Amino acid sequence: MRRQFPLIITFFIGTLIVISEFIPHKPFGNLSDTFYGWFLIISGFAIILGQLNLFKVNLIKISRKSPNWRYYIIALVSFIIMVLFGLLWGTQKHPGLLTNTQPLIDFLGRKPFDYLFKYFFENLSATMFSLLAFFVASASYRAFRARSPESTLLLTSAVLVMLGRTTIGTWITGWVPESLTYLHLPNIANFIMEYLNTAAQRAIMICAGLGVVGSSLRIILGIERSYLGGK
Amino acid sequence: MTYIIERIGIWIGAFLTFAILSFLYKDNPFYKIAEQIFIGISAGYWFIYTIYNILIPNLFTPVLTDLSANRLLLIPAFLGFLMLCRLIPKIDWVSRYPISFVMGTTAGMSLILFLRSDIIKQTSETMMNPFSAPDLAATIGQLILIIGTITGIIYFFFSKKHEGAFGTTAKVGIYFLMISFGAAFGYTIMARISLLIGRLNFLLGNWLGIIKP
Repeated sequence: MRRQFPLIITFFIGTLIVISEFIPHKPFGNLSDTFYGWFLIISGFAIILGQLNLFKVNLIKISRKSPNWRYYIIALVSFIIMVLFGLLWGTQKHPGLLTNTQPLIDFLGRKPFDYLFKYFFENLSATMFSLLAFFVASASYRAFRARSPESTLLLTSAVLVMLGRTTIGTWITGWVPESLTYLHLPNIANFIMEYLNTAAQRAIMICAGLGVVGSSLRIILGIERSYLGGK
Repeated sequence: MTYIIERIGIWIGAFLTFAILSFLYKDNPFYKIAEQIFIGISAGYWFIYTIYNILIPNLFTPVLTDLSANRLLLIPAFLGFLMLCRLIPKIDWVSRYPISFVMGTTAGMSLILFLRSDIIKQTSETMMNPFSAPDLAATIGQLILIIGTITGIIYFFFSKKHEGAFGTTAKVGIYFLMISFGAAFGYTIMARISLLIGRLNFLLGNWLGIIKP
Protein backbone atom coordinates (compact mmCIF):
# COMPACT_ATOMS: atom_id res chain seq x y z
CA MET A 1 0.00 0.00 0.00
CA ARG A 2 2.94 2.32 0.67
CA ARG A 3 3.79 2.12 -3.04
CA GLN A 4 0.43 1.41 -4.62
CA PHE A 5 -1.48 4.38 -3.19
CA PRO A 6 1.06 6.99 -4.40
CA LEU A 7 0.92 5.38 -7.87
CA ILE A 8 -2.86 5.70 -7.83
CA ILE A 9 -2.59 9.39 -6.81
CA THR A 10 -0.14 10.06 -9.67
CA PHE A 11 -2.38 8.30 -12.19
CA PHE A 12 -5.51 10.06 -10.93
CA ILE A 13 -4.04 13.58 -10.86
CA GLY A 14 -2.11 13.22 -14.13
CA THR A 15 -5.15 11.83 -15.97
CA LEU A 16 -7.46 14.53 -14.58
CA ILE A 17 -5.11 17.29 -15.76
CA VAL A 18 -4.89 15.80 -19.25
CA ILE A 19 -8.68 15.34 -19.39
CA SER A 20 -9.29 18.91 -18.18
CA GLU A 21 -7.27 20.16 -21.16
CA PHE A 22 -9.60 18.45 -23.60
CA ILE A 23 -12.87 18.98 -21.68
CA PRO A 24 -12.84 22.60 -20.50
CA HIS A 25 -16.26 22.29 -18.82
CA LYS A 26 -17.41 21.55 -15.28
CA PRO A 27 -16.25 19.63 -13.30
CA PHE A 28 -12.93 19.51 -15.20
CA GLY A 29 -12.72 23.18 -16.20
CA ASN A 30 -10.84 24.64 -13.26
CA LEU A 31 -9.13 21.46 -12.11
CA SER A 32 -5.89 22.31 -13.87
CA ASP A 33 -5.68 25.73 -12.16
CA THR A 34 -6.64 24.29 -8.76
CA PHE A 35 -4.01 21.57 -8.99
CA TYR A 36 -1.44 24.08 -10.14
CA GLY A 37 -2.16 26.20 -7.04
CA TRP A 38 -1.76 23.13 -4.83
CA PHE A 39 1.38 22.19 -6.73
CA LEU A 40 2.85 25.62 -5.95
CA ILE A 41 2.16 25.21 -2.23
CA ILE A 42 3.63 21.70 -2.07
CA SER A 43 6.70 22.75 -4.06
CA GLY A 44 7.11 25.63 -1.59
CA PHE A 45 7.30 23.06 1.17
CA ALA A 46 9.68 21.01 -0.98
CA ILE A 47 12.02 24.00 -1.27
CA ILE A 48 11.90 24.46 2.49
CA LEU A 49 12.59 20.75 2.88
CA GLY A 50 15.70 21.24 0.75
CA GLN A 51 16.96 24.11 2.93
CA LEU A 52 16.23 22.22 6.15
CA ASN A 53 17.97 19.16 4.75
CA LEU A 54 21.05 21.27 3.99
CA PHE A 55 20.91 22.50 7.58
CA LYS A 56 20.63 18.92 8.85
CA VAL A 57 23.45 17.61 6.66
CA ASN A 58 25.77 20.43 7.75
CA LEU A 59 24.85 19.84 11.38
CA ILE A 60 25.68 16.13 11.03
CA LYS A 61 29.02 16.94 9.36
CA ILE A 62 29.91 19.31 12.19
CA SER A 63 28.86 16.90 14.94
CA ARG A 64 30.88 14.08 13.33
CA LYS A 65 33.82 16.41 12.81
CA SER A 66 34.18 15.38 9.16
CA PRO A 67 37.02 16.92 7.10
CA ASN A 68 36.78 20.74 6.85
CA TRP A 69 33.96 20.70 9.42
CA ARG A 70 34.81 24.21 10.61
CA TYR A 71 33.78 25.65 7.25
CA TYR A 72 30.31 24.12 7.58
CA ILE A 73 29.76 26.23 10.70
CA ILE A 74 30.09 29.30 8.47
CA ALA A 75 27.40 27.96 6.14
CA LEU A 76 25.09 27.26 9.07
CA VAL A 77 25.64 30.66 10.65
CA SER A 78 25.10 32.44 7.30
CA PHE A 79 21.89 30.48 6.78
CA ILE A 80 20.57 31.24 10.27
CA ILE A 81 21.43 34.94 10.02
CA MET A 82 19.77 35.29 6.60
CA VAL A 83 16.61 33.49 7.74
CA LEU A 84 16.43 35.39 11.04
CA PHE A 85 16.92 38.77 9.34
CA GLY A 86 14.30 37.86 6.75
CA LEU A 87 11.77 36.71 9.32
CA LEU A 88 12.33 39.48 11.86
CA TRP A 89 12.72 42.57 9.70
CA GLY A 90 11.23 41.29 6.45
CA THR A 91 12.40 42.09 2.95
CA GLN A 92 12.11 45.12 0.70
CA LYS A 93 8.56 44.22 -0.30
CA HIS A 94 7.37 42.32 2.76
CA PRO A 95 7.12 43.33 6.42
CA GLY A 96 8.69 41.03 8.99
CA LEU A 97 7.61 39.95 12.45
CA LEU A 98 9.06 43.06 14.11
CA THR A 99 6.98 46.15 13.59
CA ASN A 100 9.35 48.99 14.44
CA THR A 101 12.00 48.54 11.75
CA GLN A 102 12.52 52.14 10.67
CA PRO A 103 15.47 52.99 12.99
CA LEU A 104 17.46 50.03 11.70
CA ILE A 105 16.56 50.82 8.08
CA ASP A 106 17.72 54.41 8.66
CA PHE A 107 20.98 53.11 10.11
CA LEU A 108 21.75 50.53 7.37
CA GLY A 109 20.16 52.33 4.47
CA ARG A 110 17.97 49.29 3.74
CA LYS A 111 16.53 46.30 5.58
CA PRO A 112 19.16 43.91 7.03
CA PHE A 113 18.03 41.08 4.71
CA ASP A 114 18.41 43.35 1.68
CA TYR A 115 21.78 44.54 2.95
CA LEU A 116 23.03 40.94 3.06
CA PHE A 117 21.50 40.29 -0.33
CA LYS A 118 23.13 43.35 -1.91
CA TYR A 119 26.61 43.07 -0.50
CA PHE A 120 26.99 39.33 0.09
CA PHE A 121 24.68 37.35 -2.17
CA GLU A 122 24.95 39.55 -5.29
CA ASN A 123 28.74 39.77 -5.15
CA LEU A 124 29.21 36.11 -4.39
CA SER A 125 26.86 34.80 -7.08
CA ALA A 126 28.16 37.15 -9.79
CA THR A 127 31.79 36.30 -9.00
CA MET A 128 31.06 32.58 -8.77
CA PHE A 129 29.53 32.58 -12.25
CA SER A 130 32.13 34.93 -13.71
CA LEU A 131 34.79 32.51 -12.48
CA LEU A 132 33.48 30.14 -15.12
CA ALA A 133 34.73 32.54 -17.82
CA PHE A 134 38.30 31.46 -16.99
CA PHE A 135 37.48 27.78 -16.96
CA VAL A 136 35.47 27.99 -20.18
CA ALA A 137 38.36 29.85 -21.84
CA SER A 138 40.86 27.29 -20.57
CA ALA A 139 38.65 24.36 -21.65
CA SER A 140 38.08 25.81 -25.10
CA TYR A 141 41.81 26.40 -25.56
CA ARG A 142 42.42 22.71 -24.88
CA ALA A 143 39.36 21.25 -26.60
CA PHE A 144 38.87 23.55 -29.57
CA ARG A 145 40.95 21.94 -32.25
CA ALA A 146 39.57 21.72 -35.76
CA ARG A 147 40.20 17.98 -35.94
CA SER A 148 36.99 16.98 -37.74
CA PRO A 149 34.34 18.72 -39.88
CA GLU A 150 31.98 18.72 -36.87
CA SER A 151 34.42 20.42 -34.50
CA THR A 152 35.40 22.88 -37.25
CA LEU A 153 31.75 23.86 -37.64
CA LEU A 154 31.35 24.26 -33.89
CA LEU A 155 34.49 26.38 -33.63
CA THR A 156 33.60 28.53 -36.66
CA SER A 157 30.05 29.23 -35.58
CA ALA A 158 31.15 30.07 -32.01
CA VAL A 159 33.77 32.53 -33.29
CA LEU A 160 31.41 34.09 -35.86
CA VAL A 161 28.62 34.54 -33.31
CA MET A 162 30.99 36.03 -30.73
CA LEU A 163 32.51 38.42 -33.24
CA GLY A 164 29.19 39.28 -34.84
CA ARG A 165 27.47 40.05 -31.58
CA THR A 166 30.14 42.43 -30.31
CA THR A 167 31.36 45.79 -31.58
CA ILE A 168 34.60 44.25 -32.81
CA GLY A 169 32.61 42.43 -35.51
CA THR A 170 31.27 45.70 -36.87
CA TRP A 171 34.75 47.19 -36.65
CA ILE A 172 36.44 44.32 -38.55
CA THR A 173 33.99 44.22 -41.47
CA GLY A 174 32.88 47.84 -41.42
CA TRP A 175 34.93 48.61 -44.54
CA VAL A 176 33.12 46.03 -46.69
CA PRO A 177 31.12 47.91 -49.39
CA GLU A 178 27.38 48.35 -49.12
CA SER A 179 26.72 45.90 -51.99
CA LEU A 180 28.28 43.08 -49.95
CA THR A 181 26.47 43.71 -46.67
CA TYR A 182 25.76 40.00 -46.25
CA LEU A 183 29.49 39.58 -45.55
CA HIS A 184 29.28 41.88 -42.52
CA LEU A 185 29.98 39.83 -39.41
CA PRO A 186 26.84 41.00 -37.58
CA ASN A 187 24.75 39.89 -40.58
CA ILE A 188 26.52 36.52 -40.72
CA ALA A 189 25.91 36.07 -36.99
CA ASN A 190 22.26 37.02 -37.50
CA PHE A 191 21.93 34.49 -40.32
CA ILE A 192 23.46 31.75 -38.16
CA MET A 193 21.15 32.56 -35.27
CA GLU A 194 18.02 33.04 -37.35
CA TYR A 195 18.22 30.00 -39.61
CA LEU A 196 20.98 27.49 -38.83
CA ASN A 197 20.63 27.71 -35.06
CA THR A 198 16.83 27.83 -35.18
CA ALA A 199 16.72 24.71 -37.37
CA ALA A 200 18.80 22.70 -34.90
CA GLN A 201 16.93 24.12 -31.91
CA ARG A 202 13.63 23.15 -33.51
CA ALA A 203 14.83 19.59 -34.06
CA ILE A 204 15.99 19.44 -30.43
CA MET A 205 12.72 20.92 -29.14
CA ILE A 206 10.53 18.56 -31.17
CA CYS A 207 12.54 15.49 -30.12
CA ALA A 208 12.83 16.61 -26.50
CA GLY A 209 9.09 17.31 -26.52
CA LEU A 210 8.44 13.77 -27.72
CA GLY A 211 10.71 12.52 -24.95
CA VAL A 212 8.88 14.54 -22.30
CA VAL A 213 5.50 13.32 -23.54
CA GLY A 214 6.78 9.73 -23.43
CA SER A 215 8.21 10.14 -19.92
CA SER A 216 5.03 11.85 -18.69
CA LEU A 217 2.94 8.97 -20.00
CA ARG A 218 5.27 6.48 -18.32
CA ILE A 219 4.89 8.34 -15.01
CA ILE A 220 1.10 8.68 -15.28
CA LEU A 221 0.66 5.01 -16.21
CA GLY A 222 2.93 3.89 -13.38
CA ILE A 223 5.62 2.34 -15.61
CA GLU A 224 8.22 4.81 -14.35
CA ARG A 225 8.21 4.66 -10.54
CA SER A 226 11.79 5.43 -9.55
CA TYR A 227 10.61 8.67 -7.84
CA LEU A 228 9.05 6.51 -5.10
CA GLY A 229 12.46 5.39 -3.92
CA GLY A 230 13.81 1.92 -3.36
CA LYS A 231 12.12 0.94 -0.12
CA MET B 1 26.29 56.82 9.04
CA THR B 2 24.48 55.12 6.16
CA TYR B 3 27.40 56.05 3.89
CA ILE B 4 29.89 54.31 6.20
CA ILE B 5 27.68 51.22 6.45
CA GLU B 6 27.42 51.18 2.66
CA ARG B 7 31.20 51.52 2.31
CA ILE B 8 31.64 48.60 4.71
CA GLY B 9 29.26 46.60 2.51
CA ILE B 10 31.32 47.47 -0.58
CA TRP B 11 34.55 46.44 1.19
CA ILE B 12 32.93 43.14 2.20
CA GLY B 13 31.80 42.68 -1.40
CA ALA B 14 35.35 43.35 -2.65
CA PHE B 15 36.80 40.89 -0.13
CA LEU B 16 34.31 38.20 -1.15
CA THR B 17 35.02 38.86 -4.84
CA PHE B 18 38.75 38.37 -4.30
CA ALA B 19 38.12 35.35 -2.10
CA ILE B 20 36.16 33.63 -4.87
CA LEU B 21 38.64 34.67 -7.57
CA SER B 22 41.50 33.30 -5.45
CA PHE B 23 40.31 29.84 -6.53
CA LEU B 24 42.02 30.52 -9.88
CA TYR B 25 45.31 30.04 -8.07
CA LYS B 26 44.18 27.00 -6.10
CA ASP B 27 41.67 25.89 -3.48
CA ASN B 28 42.38 27.85 -0.31
CA PRO B 29 40.74 28.81 3.01
CA PHE B 30 39.53 32.19 1.71
CA TYR B 31 37.69 30.50 -1.14
CA LYS B 32 36.25 27.89 1.20
CA ILE B 33 34.95 30.57 3.57
CA ALA B 34 33.38 32.56 0.72
CA GLU B 35 31.93 29.37 -0.75
CA GLN B 36 30.26 28.39 2.54
CA ILE B 37 28.92 31.92 3.04
CA PHE B 38 27.47 31.70 -0.47
CA ILE B 39 25.82 28.36 0.29
CA GLY B 40 24.36 29.56 3.59
CA ILE B 41 23.19 32.92 2.27
CA SER B 42 21.64 31.38 -0.88
CA ALA B 43 19.80 28.75 1.14
CA GLY B 44 18.55 31.43 3.54
CA TYR B 45 17.53 33.69 0.69
CA TRP B 46 15.47 30.99 -1.04
CA PHE B 47 13.96 29.97 2.30
CA ILE B 48 12.69 33.50 2.92
CA TYR B 49 11.72 33.96 -0.73
CA THR B 50 9.60 30.80 -0.61
CA ILE B 51 7.85 31.86 2.59
CA TYR B 52 7.05 35.42 1.49
CA ASN B 53 6.35 34.83 -2.19
CA ILE B 54 4.86 31.34 -2.33
CA LEU B 55 3.50 30.16 1.00
CA ILE B 56 2.13 33.40 2.48
CA PRO B 57 0.16 34.61 -0.59
CA ASN B 58 -0.98 31.18 -1.77
CA LEU B 59 -1.64 29.43 1.55
CA PHE B 60 -1.38 31.36 4.80
CA THR B 61 -3.16 34.59 3.81
CA PRO B 62 -6.17 32.90 2.14
CA VAL B 63 -6.55 30.34 4.95
CA LEU B 64 -6.15 32.84 7.80
CA THR B 65 -8.40 35.50 6.29
CA ASP B 66 -11.24 33.35 4.96
CA LEU B 67 -11.02 29.70 5.98
CA SER B 68 -14.53 28.72 4.91
CA ALA B 69 -13.91 29.78 1.32
CA ASN B 70 -10.43 28.26 1.19
CA ARG B 71 -10.98 25.04 3.09
CA LEU B 72 -9.62 23.00 0.17
CA LEU B 73 -6.21 24.63 0.64
CA LEU B 74 -5.80 22.55 3.77
CA ILE B 75 -5.18 19.54 1.50
CA PRO B 76 -1.95 20.91 -0.06
CA ALA B 77 -1.01 22.27 3.37
CA PHE B 78 -1.33 18.77 4.80
CA LEU B 79 0.57 17.29 1.85
CA GLY B 80 3.28 19.92 2.34
CA PHE B 81 3.52 18.94 5.99
CA LEU B 82 3.87 15.29 4.93
CA MET B 83 6.69 16.41 2.60
CA LEU B 84 8.60 17.78 5.59
CA CYS B 85 8.33 14.35 7.25
CA ARG B 86 11.08 13.30 4.84
CA LEU B 87 13.48 14.68 7.46
CA ILE B 88 12.40 12.02 9.98
CA PRO B 89 13.81 8.67 8.77
CA LYS B 90 11.20 6.53 10.56
CA ILE B 91 8.25 8.07 8.76
CA ASP B 92 9.94 9.36 5.61
CA TRP B 93 7.73 7.09 3.47
CA VAL B 94 4.74 9.39 4.02
CA SER B 95 6.49 11.98 1.81
CA ARG B 96 5.67 9.70 -1.14
CA TYR B 97 2.10 11.04 -1.14
CA PRO B 98 3.00 14.69 -1.80
CA ILE B 99 5.76 13.55 -4.18
CA SER B 100 3.25 11.46 -6.11
CA PHE B 101 0.91 14.46 -6.29
CA VAL B 102 3.74 16.68 -7.57
CA MET B 103 4.78 14.02 -10.08
CA GLY B 104 1.21 13.56 -11.31
CA THR B 105 0.71 17.31 -11.72
CA THR B 106 4.09 17.79 -13.40
CA ALA B 107 3.57 14.85 -15.74
CA GLY B 108 0.05 15.95 -16.72
CA MET B 109 1.02 19.56 -17.28
CA SER B 110 4.29 18.75 -19.08
CA LEU B 111 2.48 16.36 -21.39
CA ILE B 112 0.04 19.06 -22.46
CA LEU B 113 2.52 21.95 -22.51
CA PHE B 114 5.26 20.17 -24.45
CA LEU B 115 2.76 18.65 -26.84
CA ARG B 116 1.33 22.07 -27.55
CA SER B 117 4.37 24.36 -27.49
CA ASP B 118 7.25 22.14 -28.51
CA ILE B 119 5.86 19.46 -30.78
CA ILE B 120 2.78 20.94 -32.48
CA LYS B 121 3.91 24.58 -32.60
CA GLN B 122 7.45 23.85 -33.79
CA THR B 123 6.23 21.35 -36.37
CA SER B 124 3.62 23.74 -37.75
CA GLU B 125 6.20 26.57 -37.85
CA THR B 126 8.41 24.34 -39.99
CA MET B 127 5.57 23.52 -42.39
CA MET B 128 5.86 26.70 -44.45
CA ASN B 129 6.32 27.66 -48.04
CA PRO B 130 9.98 28.75 -48.29
CA PHE B 131 9.37 30.46 -51.63
CA SER B 132 6.91 32.92 -50.13
CA ALA B 133 9.82 34.79 -48.52
CA PRO B 134 10.35 38.43 -49.62
CA ASP B 135 13.93 38.02 -50.88
CA LEU B 136 16.43 35.39 -52.00
CA ALA B 137 18.38 35.37 -48.72
CA ALA B 138 15.20 34.68 -46.73
CA THR B 139 14.18 31.93 -49.18
CA ILE B 140 17.57 30.23 -48.80
CA GLY B 141 17.32 30.70 -45.04
CA GLN B 142 13.87 29.11 -44.88
CA LEU B 143 14.98 26.19 -47.05
CA ILE B 144 17.92 25.70 -44.66
CA LEU B 145 15.47 25.90 -41.75
CA ILE B 146 13.32 23.10 -43.17
CA ILE B 147 16.28 20.90 -44.14
CA GLY B 148 18.00 21.49 -40.79
CA THR B 149 14.90 20.64 -38.77
CA ILE B 150 14.16 17.45 -40.70
CA THR B 151 17.76 16.20 -40.72
CA GLY B 152 18.10 17.08 -37.03
CA ILE B 153 15.02 15.04 -36.19
CA ILE B 154 16.38 12.17 -38.27
CA TYR B 155 19.62 12.29 -36.27
CA PHE B 156 17.63 11.84 -33.04
CA PHE B 157 15.82 8.80 -34.44
CA PHE B 158 17.82 6.06 -32.77
CA SER B 159 15.53 3.09 -33.51
CA LYS B 160 17.13 2.66 -36.94
CA LYS B 161 20.83 2.21 -37.59
CA HIS B 162 22.46 5.34 -39.01
CA GLU B 163 23.79 3.96 -42.30
CA GLY B 164 23.28 4.51 -46.02
CA ALA B 165 21.06 7.41 -47.10
CA PHE B 166 19.57 7.57 -43.60
CA GLY B 167 23.05 7.86 -42.07
CA THR B 168 24.06 10.58 -44.54
CA THR B 169 20.94 12.58 -43.68
CA ALA B 170 21.65 12.11 -39.98
CA LYS B 171 25.20 13.36 -40.63
CA VAL B 172 23.79 16.59 -42.11
CA GLY B 173 21.67 16.85 -38.94
CA ILE B 174 24.83 16.58 -36.85
CA TYR B 175 26.35 19.51 -38.79
CA PHE B 176 23.35 21.66 -37.99
CA LEU B 177 23.50 20.63 -34.34
CA MET B 178 27.21 21.46 -34.19
CA ILE B 179 26.59 24.94 -35.58
CA SER B 180 23.87 25.44 -32.98
CA PHE B 181 26.07 24.20 -30.13
CA GLY B 182 28.84 26.51 -31.34
CA ALA B 183 26.46 29.47 -31.26
CA ALA B 184 25.25 28.48 -27.79
CA PHE B 185 28.86 28.12 -26.65
CA GLY B 186 29.69 31.57 -28.02
CA TYR B 187 26.76 33.05 -26.14
CA THR B 188 27.77 31.29 -22.93
CA ILE B 189 31.29 32.67 -23.14
CA MET B 190 29.94 36.15 -23.82
CA ALA B 191 27.60 35.93 -20.82
CA ARG B 192 30.41 34.82 -18.51
CA ILE B 193 32.78 37.48 -19.81
CA SER B 194 30.14 40.16 -19.30
CA LEU B 195 29.73 38.95 -15.70
CA LEU B 196 33.48 39.23 -15.28
CA ILE B 197 33.39 42.75 -16.70
CA GLY B 198 30.65 43.48 -14.17
CA ARG B 199 32.92 42.32 -11.37
CA LEU B 200 35.79 44.47 -12.65
CA ASN B 201 33.37 47.38 -12.85
CA PHE B 202 32.47 46.79 -9.22
CA LEU B 203 36.10 46.60 -8.10
CA LEU B 204 37.37 49.53 -10.13
CA GLY B 205 34.21 51.63 -9.80
CA ASN B 206 32.28 51.01 -6.58
CA TRP B 207 35.24 49.88 -4.53
CA LEU B 208 38.28 51.84 -5.74
CA GLY B 209 36.43 54.66 -7.49
CA ILE B 210 38.93 54.67 -10.39
CA ILE B 211 36.19 54.49 -13.01
CA LYS B 212 32.57 55.63 -12.95
CA PRO B 213 30.42 52.53 -12.27
